[in-house]
Amino acid sequence: MANRRLAPAAEQPQSFAFSSENAEWAKGQIEKYPEGRQASAVIPLLWKAQEQNGGWLPRAAIESVADELGMPHIRVLEVATFYTMFALEPVGRFWIQLCGTVPCDSCGARELKDYLQARLGAPGHVSADGNFSWLEVECLGACCNAPMAQINQDYYEDLTPDLLGALMDDLAAGRPVKIGSQVGRTSSEPKGGADTLVDATLFDGSRVGAWRQRFEDKKAEESSEPSGKAEAASSEQRAAADPKPARPDAGRAVEGRSTDAPAQRSASGEKPVKSGDEAEAADPAESTARPGKPAPTPAESMARAEAAGAESGTQSDLPRDEPPPQPEASGASEGVSTDGPKTAPAETSGDKRPAPKSEGN
Amino acid sequence: MTKIVVDGTEVDVPADYTLLQACEIAGAEIPRFCFHERLSIAGNCRMCLVELKGAPKPVASCAYAVKDCRPGPNGEPPEVLTRSGTTKKAREGVMEFLLINHPLDCPICDQGGHCDLQDQAMAYGVDSTRYGENKRAVEEKYIGPLVRTAMNRCIHCTRCVRFLAEVAGVPDLGAIGRGEDMEITSYLESAMGSELQGNVADLCPVGALVHKPQSYEVRPWELSKTESIDVMDAVGCAIRVDAKGREVMQIEPRINEAVNEEWISDKTRHAVDGLRMQRLDRPYVRENGRLRPASWGEAFAAIAARVKGTDAKRIGAIVGDLAGVEEIFALKSLMTALGVTNLDSRQAGETLDPAWGRAAYTLGTTIPGIEDADAILLVGTNPRLEASLLNVRIRKRWRMAPLAVGLIGEAVDLTYPHTYLGAGPETLAEVASGRHSFAEVVKAANRPLVIVGMGALSRPDGAAILAAAAALAKDIGAVTPDWNGFGVLHTAAARVGALDLGFVPGEGGLDLAAMIQSSALDVLFNLGADEVEVGPGAFVVYQGTHGDRGATRADVVLPGAAYSEKSATYVNLEGRVQMTNRAGFPPGDAREDWAILRALSDVLGQRLPFDSLGALRRTLYGAYPHLAALDTVAPSDAVSAVEALAGLGGTPDRAAFAPAVPDFYLTNAIARASRVLAECSSLARVRGLEAAE
Repeated sequence: MANRRLAPAAEQPQSFAFSSENAEWAKGQIEKYPEGRQASAVIPLLWKAQEQNGGWLPRAAIESVADELGMPHIRVLEVATFYTMFALEPVGRFWIQLCGTVPCDSCGARELKDYLQARLGAPGHVSADGNFSWLEVECLGACCNAPMAQINQDYYEDLTPDLLGALMDDLAAGRPVKIGSQVGRTSSEPKGGADTLVDATLFDGSRVGAWRQRFEDKKAEESSEPSGKAEAASSEQRAAADPKPARPDAGRAVEGRSTDAPAQRSASGEKPVKSGDEAEAADPAESTARPGKPAPTPAESMARAEAAGAESGTQSDLPRDEPPPQPEASGASEGVSTDGPKTAPAETSGDKRPAPKSEGN
Repeated sequence: MTKIVVDGTEVDVPADYTLLQACEIAGAEIPRFCFHERLSIAGNCRMCLVELKGAPKPVASCAYAVKDCRPGPNGEPPEVLTRSGTTKKAREGVMEFLLINHPLDCPICDQGGHCDLQDQAMAYGVDSTRYGENKRAVEEKYIGPLVRTAMNRCIHCTRCVRFLAEVAGVPDLGAIGRGEDMEITSYLESAMGSELQGNVADLCPVGALVHKPQSYEVRPWELSKTESIDVMDAVGCAIRVDAKGREVMQIEPRINEAVNEEWISDKTRHAVDGLRMQRLDRPYVRENGRLRPASWGEAFAAIAARVKGTDAKRIGAIVGDLAGVEEIFALKSLMTALGVTNLDSRQAGETLDPAWGRAAYTLGTTIPGIEDADAILLVGTNPRLEASLLNVRIRKRWRMAPLAVGLIGEAVDLTYPHTYLGAGPETLAEVASGRHSFAEVVKAANRPLVIVGMGALSRPDGAAILAAAAALAKDIGAVTPDWNGFGVLHTAAARVGALDLGFVPGEGGLDLAAMIQSSALDVLFNLGADEVEVGPGAFVVYQGTHGDRGATRADVVLPGAAYSEKSATYVNLEGRVQMTNRAGFPPGDAREDWAILRALSDVLGQRLPFDSLGALRRTLYGAYPHLAALDTVAPSDAVSAVEALAGLGGTPDRAAFAPAVPDFYLTNAIARASRVLAECSSLARVRGLEAAE
């Protein structure tokens, strides 16, 4: 993107004023914002001005919008130069904004760029017939169907130089064109049609809606036995016996030993696996193990749980402000071996390093 | 108050402080480019990154509030590390990015030696680059006659944009384009319209915006820096006068929270070349209708010859806008010794009288006090041009929370929204009588402020207008024992000091308007009054610095010292006593003004009783003790002064208030001698014509 400047004075119209219809529309936009915040309507107004002016924004329009919104001219110029969707110089009847950001680029936007360069010349210039002008822009948000271009208001996706050429020919000739993907995919489905969520049972209620049936059944069951009152009473008793402070921790997350990991239980001298869990795991109906693979022994699952506990940090007693232990520098770690002190390779290079520690083992 | 640990030091700061402020309280220095205490926070340079414990990555300390920090796991105060490896690495990364596109042209850059980027690159820069591409090239922009641009150097901190939009209130600059292509410019490269635009070059942390008039002239290390006071208007901004050898090269603002914060107007800054041009460097005596160079002895002899034998009633003395208290005191002592009562210092014809009390001719509210006002009525004044820094303070007050500002006088853009009430005394009368809707506003205010300007007072019916304004102030409760909401806005630096000394007509004395009538006097001492037209007849002794209007009409010219060449006391429009310091010597045979008058007194046979500036000041402080209290505003009894003023009565004329400063850039002899200000003036005139179309 090069520096964006207003069009040369020769191309600038003398004045700009919204058509009565657009002026009405602009008033509606401004009214959306509270008193004193009219400047918020700057983008819609500039957009409309560009539309009215044949797709580009002249200086007079910028000033007219600024005056209408009570903004300094420079503020509106800032907005107009910031967004590439505002063309500051005259554009062709069809303004091609070619996306050149990474996903499009890796899917072939560069070839499209070369094609446009060859067909239309340098970006920012209107073709001789007045039909086209083009500009490489940053991501337009249709990466799934890369490469893509926006021509006037519409997206054209899955382009190749040939497709783009045909599309441009059609546009120039006034033939109807297809908006969106040019290779026939529906919105952003994979090429060749959908390959996930294709199971019909997903959509007939037999699978996806099943939880609701269970939930409703259970609710009907519970409502038949009046247990609500008893529960309320017990919660009152609980509250009396164990009053909760109004702000237990002043709204911040307090790190406590709320997890119930096997490693914790093991540390406090309990059986690592909860007795209920053991029984549950033994039940073949509840097993998550795949057929053919034996269920993990309690010892195995304990080790796994311990490892998981350590990984998630619940067991860490390291001070927060120290970095996690790193392997020492290569020379030192080689020095610390089971064989006790030995010549470190560093010594050969003449470096003076601290003597290797033997008590490290 | 919230506790926070900065580099192991626990400090207790208000919760709404930013991390940067907290770090500074703790004594840690944070580098920054975009952050500035008096501007809004942009957070876009990323130089102030610090490590915040628990945060996943370094945070921009200028934009991160202390109250947003999470405490430690057991409720410990949050901890910030400003010297950790992470912090240093993060800042080095930022610096490397900034330097990618910054040209390596420090040797030819005017910012060299006082450049934030240069200084911080010493701490965080690396000595080589990993960037092999071309550097960004940005076109230079024209943004006015005072600021030169070198936009390749811009690091997009947007301080200049924020200053003009927020402090100056004239949003001329903006950032067009985006990302790497962002460029600071004015709208289509028109000249900036603010009278404070020079400050953007001070704010620029790099050499992208530099002062155009002294381009390639100065290096900071070759300047001798003298702290002084500005006399271009009556605000008395704190300045630093930078001289190279004998010559004053530039004037920069100094921080004085009570007056100018850290800004100065363009007139203050760029009157510098006026100190070199058109200077009177030797005495002159008029012979056969022409001024010819003379020696001091000849000049004094010529004066003595005229004064001897002249009736004291036919001698007068007037004082101009730039005179210090010391020389006014010396002149008054001399005139008193000669028995002269025709004294006047009110060059613009202000109808002010020291007899009404000091509160009647100062702005007792004080400039910081404006921030406490909750409604302001401006009568016959345009503070933007008459006292730019006072206007900045009103704008600051308006930005804190919008308040009602009413303006009676010329309809002008004050840079903040205000209600234009009317043009002249009739509107004032309407407000006073409650017929005007603005009367309700000022009545409802708890701390209303009425400021009367020279546009209302420099006219024959000024006293009546002042009385009407004082009566209004009294009615709306603007003056109470706790709140002095009535003041006069002066435009001349010398005026309050002269009124403090009572340099007004004595018993039976003529006032200035009468003295300058043709043949009203035989001898007129003119101490730097260049804005009056003295009629024919009188023998005029002009003592001043520049070959301006006063010297043209003089019969004897005595060359004096400008404010940068003497230590002199000035009393600003608040009544704040401040002192300038000598940054250089007067040119040629010119001497300090008090010394000239002391020497002249000897010739006239009325030797003044002081031989040194110290002795003069001792005498002065004995007679006027409040002048000894530098940098303070002596409290004055506003209630009785306003009572007295309100009792003056009188019927004002119907004429509209005229602007007191028709041309902001050319208000005094020094400014008129400046080429830079002349260019500014012609630009402003064109702008005014365009605006009028």
